[in-house]
Amino acid sequence: MSTTLTLNLKVWRQANTQDKGKFETLKAEDIPVDASFLEMLDIVNEQLINDNREPIHFDHDCREGICGMCSLNINGIPHGKDSGITTCQLHMRKFNNNDTIWVEPFRSKAFPIIKDLAVDRTAFDRIIEAGGYIDVRTGSAQDANSLPIQKELADDAFASAACIGCGACVAACKNASAMLFVSAKVNHLNSLPQGQPEKNKRVLGMVRQMDSEGFGNCTNQFECEAACPKEISVDNIAKLNSSYTIAALGEAAGS
Amino acid sequence: MSNYQGDFNVPHHGAPEGPIESMWSDYKFKAPLINPKNKRKYKVIVVGSGLAGGSTAATLGELGYQVECFCYQDSPRRAHSIAAQGGINAAKNYRNDGDSVYRLFYDTIKGGDFRSREQNVYRLAEVSGNIIDQCVAQGVPFAREYGGLLDNRSFGGAQVSRTFYAAGQTGQQLLIGCYQALSKEIAKGSVTMHRRHEMIELVLVEGEAKGIVVRDMVTGEISTHSADAVVLATGGYGNVFFLSTNAMGCNVTATFRAYKKGAYMANPCFTQIHPTCIPVSGEYQSKLTLMSESLRNDGRVWAPKNAADAKKDPADIPEEDRDYFLERKYPAFGNLAPRDISSRAAKEVCDEGRGVGPTGLGVYLDFEEAIGTYGEDTIRARYGNLFQMYSKITGEDPYKRPMRIYPAVHYTMGGLWVDYNLMSNVPGLHVIGEANFSDHGANRLGASALMQGLSDGYFVLPSTITKYLSKAKPGAVTTDHPAFVEAKESAEARINKLMSINGSRSVDSLHKKLGKIMWEKCGMARSEEGLKEAIQELKELKEEFWSDVRITGTADSFNMELEKAYRVADFIEFGELMCHDALNREESCGGHFRVEHQFTDADPEVQAGTTQAGEAKRDDENFAYIAAWEHQEGAEAPALHKEMLDYKEVKLSVRSYQ
Repeated sequence: MSTTLTLNLKVWRQANTQDKGKFETLKAEDIPVDASFLEMLDIVNEQLINDNREPIHFDHDCREGICGMCSLNINGIPHGKDSGITTCQLHMRKFNNNDTIWVEPFRSKAFPIIKDLAVDRTAFDRIIEAGGYIDVRTGSAQDANSLPIQKELADDAFASAACIGCGACVAACKNASAMLFVSAKVNHLNSLPQGQPEKNKRVLGMVRQMDSEGFGNCTNQFECEAACPKEISVDNIAKLNSSYTIAALGEAAGS
Repeated sequence: MSNYQGDFNVPHHGAPEGPIESMWSDYKFKAPLINPKNKRKYKVIVVGSGLAGGSTAATLGELGYQVECFCYQDSPRRAHSIAAQGGINAAKNYRNDGDSVYRLFYDTIKGGDFRSREQNVYRLAEVSGNIIDQCVAQGVPFAREYGGLLDNRSFGGAQVSRTFYAAGQTGQQLLIGCYQALSKEIAKGSVTMHRRHEMIELVLVEGEAKGIVVRDMVTGEISTHSADAVVLATGGYGNVFFLSTNAMGCNVTATFRAYKKGAYMANPCFTQIHPTCIPVSGEYQSKLTLMSESLRNDGRVWAPKNAADAKKDPADIPEEDRDYFLERKYPAFGNLAPRDISSRAAKEVCDEGRGVGPTGLGVYLDFEEAIGTYGEDTIRARYGNLFQMYSKITGEDPYKRPMRIYPAVHYTMGGLWVDYNLMSNVPGLHVIGEANFSDHGANRLGASALMQGLSDGYFVLPSTITKYLSKAKPGAVTTDHPAFVEAKESAEARINKLMSINGSRSVDSLHKKLGKIMWEKCGMARSEEGLKEAIQELKELKEEFWSDVRITGTADSFNMELEKAYRVADFIEFGELMCHDALNREESCGGHFRVEHQFTDADPEVQAGTTQAGEAKRDDENFAYIAAWEHQEGAEAPALHKEMLDYKEVKLSVRSYQ
């Protein structure tokens, strides 16, 4: 197997939010198989700069799969075709020489494109602001071990809390639903004893904010789970639906 | 002796006199308070939204201040604290293994090779327990035992188990807790969040920090923001080396701009090279990935005894031909020897030609024994995400084949000088987290960065900032002040100048060149000759940058190249400052290793068996001080000020982990 690849890239280029945007065909040459997908783009960008053209803009930061900043749709799949990874963890050894690769931003009405492959995901921040927290003042906490929590419960809460807020779930969904993101946060906090006092307020606030941001509905296709780099389970969505129903009924009954 | 003369013209550190155990409570009792109604009138700018910035913005918001928080990422949840893997220390002594506030304090001072300020470190240890309480109350899902109580593990440089963790994602979980606390305050309106905004200049009004100039990274708009005080929580400067474990966007600009405006930069040569990172594989590489220190709880570090075996498959190297060099050299701490010591040991092995992997710059971190003892499932539960990261990057299976690791730049202990109030010598300018210099001396112990970020942010700064604020008239300065107009114009002029160069070199290519100079001459081993060469090369690089950099696109749009250029321009000058500091510090301590200063067989300490030949040789007589550098416009070198380290609690000694 050769240690470098030549690739045909079809990259989405869009000058700003107002621009219509279009695919541009670019050749990527001498790409080491050990490079990551973003390092491949670095090499292409270096070439573009040498040719005095603007490089491809994309979001990225930690480049180790945890910050949630990178957000590419690669051949139609958020973060590309490998399981449990972000775009920055996708390596070129997963591709073949002379492959054509389509590179697009995460697409959703609620994630407007800023430039090329970078999108605005502040809708996620606003959903968290609508209740995705436990209201505890700094300094008011009791000793950490005075509240034992069953290990299984803590492990489940951790599994939900592993969400990195990248938006792959939205990008993978034909309805651009944010249910996996919202349910992961609701279940992380609502399953823990610390999260009980605000659990109804939390689920109602977050779901309503999600709806107002223009995300679509969930129709149980589970593409979100397949695309999630942290493999967050769709069981979270079922739990969210039931806690939402309980909270909404309680609200209607005036409790 | 050093050619840098230096004076003792540093403000008093401001820690109260008296016993260290009650110092922080005494301080808090005597510190001025601002009544709740008046707090509303004060505005505080916080730059950065990581563990330090995010927690302080949230806490100041809760207290009633008006807070403006800025981050360069698209969301405060993405700050680089998120990448911390292994854990957070706290002196809870839940294990009943002899831990205490005093022991955490002592371990941190010793781990820092006796180059940090005692009073600050004691306070850090003292509030460490509160952090765990706070985070648990926020819903941070720390690992637990079957009895429902919190689990702990061990980290380097300590013989007690005091590290709290959430799998290999502790930083992420703590930052999400902090981000949620921040989101709560944003929702209440006490904190205004400015995403994708980068600080490009500090504004001083009559010598006091009263605001900042920022660039909107989406529109390119430059704006000014005024406040009653400014807090920098902008992280470390590891990316001066180009390759580091830092996120791509981490940069020195905020603190370096402050330095240029008169804030002292302290101990910039104290950089931490982390022993366990995935080795570099090629020129295209953009960053290095850490493999958490927690892996050394179960993993054993080794290299072949014979250079001839270096290229062999590790499975073909029999037990008797393996050198478990950390266990051999440091039997008391073994694989959990501190980072600076472990890194140097790995470098020595590779220098001897015993390094493994395609480049010869690597040693093994082996889990075979641990998997044999505990089973693969247990190891997967402890480190699953780290093993997965490793296999995605290298294409190798660490359950079957030992990991290959090599040291890489990870953390920077140096930073802006601050006093006990976490305020710099520039009144009103506060600096917290990795951006300041205060707690880790010449080497930071594992799991202590998260502790410091949250200690500064949740518990220290919100109390100490009143000392300055209570003397300031709220809202006294607005952005109409000429100082703001001037600062904005100078930042704009700098950007216009960068855009007009139109040279032939990409920013990355020049950044890589900078990284090479720094790594080779101001990296794991430093010498007078190399540092002098580096200073010369950096001067040339600066010239090359300002005459030949090419920035495509325009200044009034989203422009990655311009962002990088603005940062790299500062990194080049900052690199020179680091070299001056390293040249001045004619001793070896912690992460700073001067080849001229190491123990040899002729030293009485080596003959007595307290230490070994090749270990770092400190010079307490001449260098037990904090080097605080002041910018001198147009001068060959910056001015040196010394804060003498006055150890009252801890006795200076040879740092031994044998």
